[in-house]
Amino acid sequence: MAEGLEAVIGLEVHVQLLTASKLFCGCSTAFGAAPNTQVCPVCLGLPGALPVLNRRAVELALRLGLALGCEIDRHCRFARKQYFYPDLPKGYQITQFWAPLCCGGRMEFEVDGTPRSVRLRHAHLEEDAGRSVHAEAYVAEDETLVDLNRCGVPLVEIVTEPELHSPREAACFVAELRRLLRCLGVSDGQMERGSLRCDANVSIRPKGAPDQGVATEIKNLNSLRALERALATEVARQVAVRGQGEAVSHQTLCWDAAAQAVAVMRDKEYAHDYRYSPEPDLPPACIPERWIEKLRRALPELPLARKRRLEREYGLPPERAYLLTDDSSLADYFEAVAKAVGVPQLACNWMTGAVARTAKQLHVSIAEFPVPASSLAKLLVEVRDGALSDHAARQVLSTMIATGRPVEDLLASRGTSLPRPEVGRVIEEVLFQHSTLVSGYRQGKKQLFGFFIGEVMRKLPDEADPQEVRALLQERLAGPPADPEGD
Amino acid sequence: MRSLLLRREVSCVEVVGACLQRIAQSPLNAFVSVCPERALRQACAVDERIARHRAGMLAGLAIGVKDNINVRGWKTTCASRHLADYVAPFHATAVRRLLRQDAIVLGKTNMDEFAMGSSGESSHFGPTRNPHCLERVPGGSSSGSAAAVAAREVWAALGSDTGGSVRQPASFCGVVGLKPTYGRVSRYGLVAFGSSLDQIGPLTLSVQDCALVLQVIAGHDPHEATSSRLPVLDWQRELDRGISGLRLGRPAEYFQPPASAEVRDAVDATLAQLVGAGAGVEEISLPHTDYAVATYYVTCTAEASSNLARFDGMRYGARSAANDLDETYVATRTLGFGPEVKRRILLGCFVLSAGHYQAYYDKAQRVRTLIAQDFARAFEKVDCLVTPTAPTTAFRMGKRTVNPLTMYLSDVYTVSASLCGLPAISVPCGRDANGLPIGLQVIGKPFDEGTVLRVARAVEIARGQR
Repeated sequence: MAEGLEAVIGLEVHVQLLTASKLFCGCSTAFGAAPNTQVCPVCLGLPGALPVLNRRAVELALRLGLALGCEIDRHCRFARKQYFYPDLPKGYQITQFWAPLCCGGRMEFEVDGTPRSVRLRHAHLEEDAGRSVHAEAYVAEDETLVDLNRCGVPLVEIVTEPELHSPREAACFVAELRRLLRCLGVSDGQMERGSLRCDANVSIRPKGAPDQGVATEIKNLNSLRALERALATEVARQVAVRGQGEAVSHQTLCWDAAAQAVAVMRDKEYAHDYRYSPEPDLPPACIPERWIEKLRRALPELPLARKRRLEREYGLPPERAYLLTDDSSLADYFEAVAKAVGVPQLACNWMTGAVARTAKQLHVSIAEFPVPASSLAKLLVEVRDGALSDHAARQVLSTMIATGRPVEDLLASRGTSLPRPEVGRVIEEVLFQHSTLVSGYRQGKKQLFGFFIGEVMRKLPDEADPQEVRALLQERLAGPPADPEGD
Repeated sequence: MRSLLLRREVSCVEVVGACLQRIAQSPLNAFVSVCPERALRQACAVDERIARHRAGMLAGLAIGVKDNINVRGWKTTCASRHLADYVAPFHATAVRRLLRQDAIVLGKTNMDEFAMGSSGESSHFGPTRNPHCLERVPGGSSSGSAAAVAAREVWAALGSDTGGSVRQPASFCGVVGLKPTYGRVSRYGLVAFGSSLDQIGPLTLSVQDCALVLQVIAGHDPHEATSSRLPVLDWQRELDRGISGLRLGRPAEYFQPPASAEVRDAVDATLAQLVGAGAGVEEISLPHTDYAVATYYVTCTAEASSNLARFDGMRYGARSAANDLDETYVATRTLGFGPEVKRRILLGCFVLSAGHYQAYYDKAQRVRTLIAQDFARAFEKVDCLVTPTAPTTAFRMGKRTVNPLTMYLSDVYTVSASLCGLPAISVPCGRDANGLPIGLQVIGKPFDEGTVLRVARAVEIARGQR
């Protein structure tokens, strides 16, 4: 940044709410369906169709508003915002204009460990539009096709005051917002699927100047990387324009990720008149105080607060605490283990190491992790007491996952194993008895592996070493297909 | 007719056949489309259900449906060139409820394009004619529904009323037309014109029939957020209670020019008869009446400009090819919409535009509140109001199409009830020197259709109808 200048950035973040159905009809909001398969007369805007408000969407928006400390408007009112666009079937978008559901509030976040806070203008509910499709293999060069699956998907638009001063800050803000949304269950925050999208207003001014100055708007930033890069590029461009003694003009820009450059979408010379009008098809929905109180009481500890508490209570380094609070079930798991073991560092290492790795391999979230926190804690107590090496403990963990056997059994039988011939005999017996399943496994039904392990372990005395069984079984099953007739 | 059908002295197929024949020979142009096969097929099915004593409340009765109300698998044109080939994929809730009670839909009735007009002359399919005098207009916008019922081409018809579109043609054609309380009948499947004003209402020959149709189509609809959860009553039974002890308000502002002397005298004469039947009459003032027409036209054009934005030719409707997207929109809408519709879209866009919103739309909503307060005060004193429905009887075709503002004044007595969402009915109360019907309007408290219907029934009785 040039001497004496500062960037002024405000964000508009569009967040898709985690509802099963759309904002004004019962159509599914599932991602990735074939074009125009999740539509009905209401979201298509067919003549005579009328919207009915989705209660769950209001609830999620309220939850977010309460978490951000917003004032809640107790009458949920909507307006129509008129514009002609091929993927906006009604010719208007139903949104909130005069009275957003959530007003004010602020969000705390950290930029590389330094606390920051940004005030929010408001957060309002609105419906998404459809998608115009060009530049796809199946679309002719001069054609535009329209996919209306997204029409009516519930969004909350969060508008910040222009109080961010660097691209890095903007990215950290969005990252923290995404953690918050996930923690609250308000949105999955998946930017690559469009469930979190950003527009940024950016301008340059002499440090401390009272107003924002002429800003440009960069549309549709769909990753944190794009956000940070686009802002950095635009700030540099504006500084250069200023350096040449010229004025920045009021433009709408888009980010070209391939070229790593901003491009002009349109000059904002002529302001659009959206002809806002009250939405007469939706009477104001009164939000009872009781409902708000109930939602307020149900708010969880927010990720940033929790991160700071983990640092304080368990003495964790900030990066680790941040990692653990990225997912509230991960943090829950960690706290349970840490309390039981009494050595938070050990628990943290395991959480961010073996546990995270295994969960990733198994494609499960920590909430679905097959080993309960109490079992991991028992295992780590052994490690803490020096009764088990780290390496051995990791083996026990993978055996637990492979066999589902309780940790106590494995710890008791540790170090003992049956002679190979006995294990081999039982394996052959099991495979013979289930020869059709064996061919199923070899044709790709890999989930049968657990069944075979289970069968073998059942026929063996308790002292069997599951690691060994696993290895032998894998070896045997990798062989040529069993011939049921000849065996 | 119902009792004949239920006693099986006449079959549905015969009734429907007779109606279809009448329609085919009619000079009125009351129908945009008729579907004889569909109607006869349904009539056969209903005949069977009558034989098995399984028939619904409207078994076998022939119905016309205004062509801005969806019947699944049937064109909904709104009498517009733009929607001339649009087939509705779902039933309007009111239609679904009629069909469930075994009514038989014979056809879609003619109307002013997108329900905009007070004479029935702005249809893409040609004007509807008044059965009492073919050179005169039937009123509008539910012109076809009123004319078809008056000419006995159908037993009853559905219309839609935004500022008087059921009541005014009912008055001109000499039939009964009810605009229920806003929210009483679901608007789901009614092509929106002015969403905060639109209401589906029945047109029938008698108040009794009107009460019956209302009972069938009224009630909460989960597809319609503004539809009321209040219970649906047996309004036919209400009618027998008479009007003894009811206090009727006579708003002075409705008995001055532009109301013609003939119309005023006919309504006053009927009022005198109602007093004879035991009702009391009180003079009432509704001081903001003068602003109602302006308020109405600002409100309804604003909403219409928004509601009609969806007719862009992208997904359905006639699309006119052009060089780029914006030109396509312009060409499509230029060709698709008639002059009255364009006029209202432009007016509506103007009053909603950022620079004029406060001066027009916002101001109109404030006046709307004042008008509603007039009525609320009046209803502290009286049970309902009795007024002329329209200032004149049916006028000659072409007479008011030259100057749209004279046409807008046809709605001067009906728009206030619409702005306030009140139930209002038009019932014939006499004839002018040319033998043309005069309509009397009863305006009631919100959701008090019972009183409105009782008074209308008393008017019928006073005029010597069974």
